[in-house]
Amino acid sequence: MFPIIYILWLRQIKRYIRSRSRIVGSLGQPLLFLLALGFGFGPTFEKAGGGDYFQFLVSGVVAMSILFTAMFSGIEIIWDRQFGFLKETLVAPVSRLTIMVGRTLGGATVATLQGCIVLVLAVIFGFRTELTLTLLLAPVFMFLIALLFTALGTAVACKLEDMQGFQLIMNFLIMPLFFLSGALFPLDSAPVALIWIARFDPLSYGVDGLRGALIGASHFGIAADFGILIVVTAVLLWIGSVLFKSIEA
Amino acid sequence: MASQTTDTGTDIITVDHLKKTFGELTAVNDVSFSVRRGEIFAFLGPNGAGKTTTIKMLTTLLRPTSGSIRLNGHDPLHDQDAVRKSFGIVFQDPSLDDELTAWENLELHGVLYSVPKALRRERMEQLLEIVGLSDRKNDITRHFSGGMKRRLEIARGLLHHPKVLFLDEPTIGLDPQTRNHLWNYVGELNRKEGITVFLTTHYMEEADKVATRIAVIDHGKIVGQGSSQELKTQTNTQSLEDAFLALTGNAIREEEASSADGMRQMAQMWRGKRR
Repeated sequence: MFPIIYILWLRQIKRYIRSRSRIVGSLGQPLLFLLALGFGFGPTFEKAGGGDYFQFLVSGVVAMSILFTAMFSGIEIIWDRQFGFLKETLVAPVSRLTIMVGRTLGGATVATLQGCIVLVLAVIFGFRTELTLTLLLAPVFMFLIALLFTALGTAVACKLEDMQGFQLIMNFLIMPLFFLSGALFPLDSAPVALIWIARFDPLSYGVDGLRGALIGASHFGIAADFGILIVVTAVLLWIGSVLFKSIEA
Repeated sequence: MASQTTDTGTDIITVDHLKKTFGELTAVNDVSFSVRRGEIFAFLGPNGAGKTTTIKMLTTLLRPTSGSIRLNGHDPLHDQDAVRKSFGIVFQDPSLDDELTAWENLELHGVLYSVPKALRRERMEQLLEIVGLSDRKNDITRHFSGGMKRRLEIARGLLHHPKVLFLDEPTIGLDPQTRNHLWNYVGELNRKEGITVFLTTHYMEEADKVATRIAVIDHGKIVGQGSSQELKTQTNTQSLEDAFLALTGNAIREEEASSADGMRQMAQMWRGKRR
């Protein structure tokens, strides 16, 4: 089982590393958010007594790039399904669960790497953090966000016949997950309704945990973030594996 | 590494009253046939006749609505892994990972089928040699021609030494040279290794040349079975093509555009955008 999980994981990593133009291309959006919003809103945010917006925003943008990459990795199953490669894995004498675990770990690793690149870029543009032990939690949260949304993408992809529904998912799932999560604004001073909505958005806990690890400011508390992420990820992995088992090519 | 044969006689595949419905549509309707160990069996039929659906049920990709299948002595419904180890398949659409090299595609297959490393590497070298891709083994398969991809897929389908090789329209879109080469190779495999071959094709002269026995399916039912000669005698015709037309009629079949066609367009846009 482990060699199989490993080789499926390795496949995702190789595909990622080989598509350099895709890596560079997908850095454009987070960079825009970071630079335009970070430096554009910075002075207003500071005047309002919110502190340094750029420092605040970095966790949100890192989480965003992980969210997008992870969801796409999950949804890539549709691709593999239409272009045949999925069949190659489905006729192999291997349990569906093993296949799903390998793919999901691969997708999550790729998304985490993408998040790391954005974080490095942020440091280059002036992001500073104190070197404390909680910083070690940052990669943990990044990987959890990646795992959660790869599993979600996989579950969604199992229910889609083709890419027709993709635009729908982009506009009604990925975008709301991102904008309502507190990635761009502090939940502490948000209207109550918005806070309540954010509570039902798993990305909120990811962003919040990452922010806690990076700049020591969190709304829900790192322990709560961690616990909720673990539970939601486990549930989504379970749903994903049930749906994946029922796929017929 | 092929699975143990639980030989139950001369038939390696037996299909009994097989049926598959998708909602209102009956794709395969009460189909029965058998394939003998070591033969080359051609499964012919017009578009949408139920060929691919049948292959998908034989290869555990679809669950039959009713009826029974035995492949190499195993039931695809209850003993999936034993069945999966028994066959290799070349799908109608390419199923390589086109961002991996030829070597990596084979390696991945070998690991999926738990072929031990040393044996795997040995067979990979051999098979690449046989299909004439040794010098291209470290190239990404996206840059391969249709014929090269097909050859690589055949090599991959054989890597775990299957008892049955399924070829679902393997020559579609290939030039006559490659087609000829491919059938010669399949024939040789069948003779030398005793691998049973189950194939579908639209080219009647190919079926006529390579197949020991033929079954013709139309509207989800078997309408003729036997050797090429038997089919011609049955229908009182001179060529297999005429026999085929006599059995299935002259009407042109409507086939819904598969979602894959739409996807290909999307893929081009998508890739163009992302790369």
